[in-house]
Amino acid sequence: MNLLTQPVGVSHYLVVGAVLFVCGVVCMATKRNALGVLMGIELVLNGANLNFIAFGSHVLNRAGARTLGLDGQLIALFVIVLAAAEAAIALAITLNYYNNQATVDVDHADELRG
Amino acid sequence: MEQVDQLASLVPLLLGGAWLLPLASFTLIFLFGPKMGRHGRLAAYVATGAILGSFVLSITSFTMWLAQHGVTGAPTHASHDAESQQAAAEKSRAFLLEPSTFDPAANHFTSVAYRTDDHHEEAGDDADHLQNDHHGHGTGTSDHGHAAHQAPEKVVYTGSWYPLYRSKTLLIDIGYYIDILTVSIFCMVTLIASCIHFYSIGYMHEELTDELVDNECKLPDGTSLRRRGRFHRFFQYLSLFCFSMLGLVIAGNVAMVFVFWELVGICSYLLIGFYRERHSASTAANKAFIVNRVGDFGMIIGLMALWGSLGTFAFGDVDGRPGVFTLVTQAPGGIPNGMVRLAAYDQIEAGVQPTDEQLAIWREQHLGYGLLIVAGLGIFCGCVGKSAQFPLHVWLPDAMEGPTPVSALIHAATMVAAGVYLVGRFYPVFSPEVLLVIAYIGAITLFLAATIAIAATDIKRVLAYSTVSQLGYMMLALGVGGWLAGLFHLVTHAFFKALLFLCSGSVIHACHTNEMPLMGGLRKKMPWTAYTMLVGCLAISGAGIPFVIGFSGYYSKDAIIAQVLSFSRANPAHAPLYWVAAGGAAITAFYMFRLWFMTFAGKPRDTHIYEHAHESPKVMYVPLVILAIFATGVAWRVPGTNLSLANLIEDGRPVTSMTDGVFWSSLRIPNEHLSHSDVGIHTTATLVAFGTALSGFLLALLFYGTRTLNAEEVQQQFPRIHRFLINRWYIDDLYWAIFVRPTHFIAQRVAAFDRQRIDWFIDSTARWVRGLSRLDDLIDRYVVDGFVNLLATWTYGIGLSLRRVQTGRLRQYVMFIAVGTVALFVLASFLWSYAMAGS
Repeated sequence: MNLLTQPVGVSHYLVVGAVLFVCGVVCMATKRNALGVLMGIELVLNGANLNFIAFGSHVLNRAGARTLGLDGQLIALFVIVLAAAEAAIALAITLNYYNNQATVDVDHADELRG
Repeated sequence: MEQVDQLASLVPLLLGGAWLLPLASFTLIFLFGPKMGRHGRLAAYVATGAILGSFVLSITSFTMWLAQHGVTGAPTHASHDAESQQAAAEKSRAFLLEPSTFDPAANHFTSVAYRTDDHHEEAGDDADHLQNDHHGHGTGTSDHGHAAHQAPEKVVYTGSWYPLYRSKTLLIDIGYYIDILTVSIFCMVTLIASCIHFYSIGYMHEELTDELVDNECKLPDGTSLRRRGRFHRFFQYLSLFCFSMLGLVIAGNVAMVFVFWELVGICSYLLIGFYRERHSASTAANKAFIVNRVGDFGMIIGLMALWGSLGTFAFGDVDGRPGVFTLVTQAPGGIPNGMVRLAAYDQIEAGVQPTDEQLAIWREQHLGYGLLIVAGLGIFCGCVGKSAQFPLHVWLPDAMEGPTPVSALIHAATMVAAGVYLVGRFYPVFSPEVLLVIAYIGAITLFLAATIAIAATDIKRVLAYSTVSQLGYMMLALGVGGWLAGLFHLVTHAFFKALLFLCSGSVIHACHTNEMPLMGGLRKKMPWTAYTMLVGCLAISGAGIPFVIGFSGYYSKDAIIAQVLSFSRANPAHAPLYWVAAGGAAITAFYMFRLWFMTFAGKPRDTHIYEHAHESPKVMYVPLVILAIFATGVAWRVPGTNLSLANLIEDGRPVTSMTDGVFWSSLRIPNEHLSHSDVGIHTTATLVAFGTALSGFLLALLFYGTRTLNAEEVQQQFPRIHRFLINRWYIDDLYWAIFVRPTHFIAQRVAAFDRQRIDWFIDSTARWVRGLSRLDDLIDRYVVDGFVNLLATWTYGIGLSLRRVQTGRLRQYVMFIAVGTVALFVLASFLWSYAMAGS
């Protein structure tokens, strides 16, 4: 089955979501700048959001299911809110870290190692 | 009548107060003794004040008694107690014992020596009133009822202060039995005790120090013992003793007597062992205590016999319940129904009350009489121990280890008299056979102790043996029916023996030795002591001008010898009792004057001691003078009245019902009044007593006064007899051989068994336990602890290796997460496909 020849469906969304996710993970794994890592996190979360929305498509709804058909979208909304909160906290930590260490390089932040 | 009732509640109150005052003093000193002034000096004043208070109370009740009842001194005998059908509202009341027979000849009673014939009208009138108010008492005595107009009646107050236990069969309470004898003895005890308290203040002053050197107690390193003075302790014990003694006298039942009996025993123990660091003193205290226990064992048997058969301990009737005396004297033949029933228990069917006829038949067979004898002998056993009679006399001479005032108070004047007092108090219960035993025990004691006293050289031991001997006199007198004679001698003896002991204490205080051969000529140095002691010697020897006047001992010893003579005439088989009594009088005079001459007359034998001797302080010799006055004149009749000691005691004569022996039918106890009224007996006795005493005195004068005869030569002439006497008839050695040595032997065996077997067992058990616990320790340390430690080590190692994973590098963590997630997916998909393939 060739995705490129198919009409846009759930699988396409999933592909985009997976690409976004992998991009985010790679970004987290490679960036030494804390802000870069945060951006990677945003990418991962949004990749996940895409998945939720894709799986929330009414195409996949089984006939007779007793739902509103909005589960995916609602969870995605929650994730966005969570992401916002998380970003606020993470930025605050980063800012503090910068105030103390005059850097935002995550490789220097290894004081809690075992 | 109202007056009588008033006295009936007042006298017990006064005497009860007199009894409890020393207890208060004891408690005070017990609690605050060491804090009472310097070295506890004030304790002496507390104790002396208490006993003086007791004395005042006793004298008050005595005078009130005299004012109320007067002195009649006429005999009351062989009467029956009143039946207790009268409902007395008060707890206490006067019991009237109505005489059933009255011997007109008895009016001549002691007319020669110490009483007049004038009749006491007032007392007679009183008796009439009482008689009228208490009519209905004399059921069995109506035919003699009119005799009450001539004869006085015995007044007794009985009652209970506090009931301890009451049931149908048993009655025990803290009660009192007060007659004129009780009151007289109270006065005697408190007076002598007061004198001795004062004397002790002087005698014990050495104890008023923080560091007392006791030269008679050597430590193992050869130095003398040093200890704190125990002045207050001494007075504490004296107070306790006075309390116990007064309790013994006032006690209304035998159980209470027994309690106080033991209390005086413990006081005696404490005071004999006052110098407890000295080995001799602690041994003597133990000896006194243990020997007395032997007697008390018998006493408990007697008490059980009484209680088991009669169900009461009370002497007199209390709240309408008949006491022992009533039961015994009212019963036909003197055997109470209870005793008959108990003795015939095998003929009584369970639950069936025997009829009067049955009881009468059994009584004819003398059932229960044996029980009466057991009770009497048992009670007497206790008295043998306390009054140091023959088999158990050994403790008294050793008791001289205590301080001299104690010897005077306890071991001469009062405590040892308790045995005689109890025999006198319990007189109605003693059957003639028991009385005969008492007489013989008394006679043996009297002779044995008197002979030992001849050879003794320790001044206090002479007096101790003389005490034993005089107690023997009292017992002999009681045993031959001389109730008055025995108790009369008890009181007079108390005075002169206290005097003699205090004098000897004064001598010891001055000479610091007890040995008479080291003294001599002391009368120039200490005249007060010497001449008061002379009075004591004259009194104990019974000196006097026959038929005219004499020292107190003259009257009492006279009465005893007269009664013994009367007894031996009634029972010719028992004449030796009379010989012993008469011979004893001679020996008494001999050893007492031997003592006096050796101590006070002649030339000083040890100049060093003589130089240092000095008269005692006033606080010591003033009591001597007081006691000397009493020793002289206590038996005299107050001129113009018939108030005399003998008449007083006569008023307290108990009612007795038995005069003839049952098992020994030839035995007759003669009426005591015969010995006074029969001029033949009385004159003979007076002359014999005077003659023997005079011969004893002359012998002592020849040997030790003028030294016409040499005592040492006589001693060498009869070395065996001398050794025999010096060794106290070998009785102590005999006891040592048959009681102490076997006891020691058994004790050593038991101790060895204890050490070798029981200790071995316990030791080996302990070793086993130790071994086991050591093993347990190893297991605990290596197995249990090892497991726990191993676990901890593992955990620690794992932790150590795991800490390396936590690098702190954020990007590495992300890699782990990613790779881990991928790995999980690969694994899951692998397992998934495997599972699918399986199905």
